[in-house]
Amino acid sequence: MPQLDVHDFAPQLIWLAITFVTLYILMARTALPKIANVIEERRDRISRDLDEAAQLKSDTDKAIASYEQALAEARQKAHAIAQEARDKLNAEIERERQDVDRKIAEKVSAAEARIADATSAALEHVNAIAQETIGAIVDTLIGAQPSQDEISAAINSAQKQK
Amino acid sequence: MAANQEGQGSEGGLALDPMHQFEIERLLPIKFGGLDASFTNSSLWMVLGVFLVSLLLLAGSKKIVPGRLQSVGEILFEFISNMVRDTMGEEGRKFFPFIFTLFMFVLISNLLGMVPYSFTVTSHIIVTFALALTVWLGATIYGFYKNGLGYLKLFAPPGTPMAMLPILVPIEIISYFTRPISLSVRLFANMMAGHTMLKVFGAFVAALGWAGIVPLVVMVGFTGLEILVAFLQAFIFAILSCMYINDALHPQH
Repeated sequence: MPQLDVHDFAPQLIWLAITFVTLYILMARTALPKIANVIEERRDRISRDLDEAAQLKSDTDKAIASYEQALAEARQKAHAIAQEARDKLNAEIERERQDVDRKIAEKVSAAEARIADATSAALEHVNAIAQETIGAIVDTLIGAQPSQDEISAAINSAQKQK
Repeated sequence: MAANQEGQGSEGGLALDPMHQFEIERLLPIKFGGLDASFTNSSLWMVLGVFLVSLLLLAGSKKIVPGRLQSVGEILFEFISNMVRDTMGEEGRKFFPFIFTLFMFVLISNLLGMVPYSFTVTSHIIVTFALALTVWLGATIYGFYKNGLGYLKLFAPPGTPMAMLPILVPIEIISYFTRPISLSVRLFANMMAGHTMLKVFGAFVAALGWAGIVPLVVMVGFTGLEILVAFLQAFIFAILSCMYINDALHPQH
């Protein structure tokens, strides 16, 4: 077995030491710190980016909240304006209605006065017509014209009997 | 030995000795004092592995949005980082570069070994043993440095009945001292066995002519399995190292 040839041990050990130590120095001094740095930097960068994203997200949320608040306020204001307009219109309509009511009431009372006048006038005429009618009826029945006084006395008594 | 192998190859009908791939060849003989520090094929693949890992993890600027290669690097980073945190807790953070280097070194060695005609660095017991011994010795020294003699409590887990201690403590001590051996042999044996197997089946494909389609199909499956083993063994090596260091950090668990 060539592995057990003692004469070959020294050169292998010497070159193993040289190459291994060289590799160790290269790795420990240069390569590993460089790789560690870049991994660290990447980790920092990623966490920084994530922080920034979270920041942006919270900004967005804030903007959405303020927008929604503004929207709610605007809606409330619109409601208030609409309510005011409705109230004003209602008041106007009420006023107008009262006006019209008053006018109607005036007309009604005027008409009622006229009706009362007409009624009383008519009632006065009724007596005269009754006297005339009675005079005519009596004249036709008995052929004698009763005096004015007799007729009115008769009407009054008839009205009293009723 | 080489002549012996060639003779075996021509007589046995096998084109190549399956162990030939583990041969160390000195590409550039270097003597350092009395020491043989030759640049071998093993050294070549170690250097290549370090180069490729560095290329993967150092090339290009690191961007916030990663490209493909950067993603691979980051996945490996996170994977080992999680493993270190899960096994050792926050105190284990300082061992992260070491565990990462260990994992990458073993992984790239195992994977490069899957390239045809390459050399598998981790198929040599001396390499895996050196790595395992480094981890084990380091963990032991750190354990005594951090906990003083309290580190010895590791051998007597809390809640053990007194009567059990004479049996348990020697077992714990033996298991502690066999850690570097089991750690290194596991990796070495897996790599060597896998590559030997691939070589043997490869030789069958060549030797059987058109009937070689059968071992070829088997080999395709085995290659996939070996790539899985390459990852798995690197992972096991790294996580066991984490656990040994964790023992040094927290002897009473």
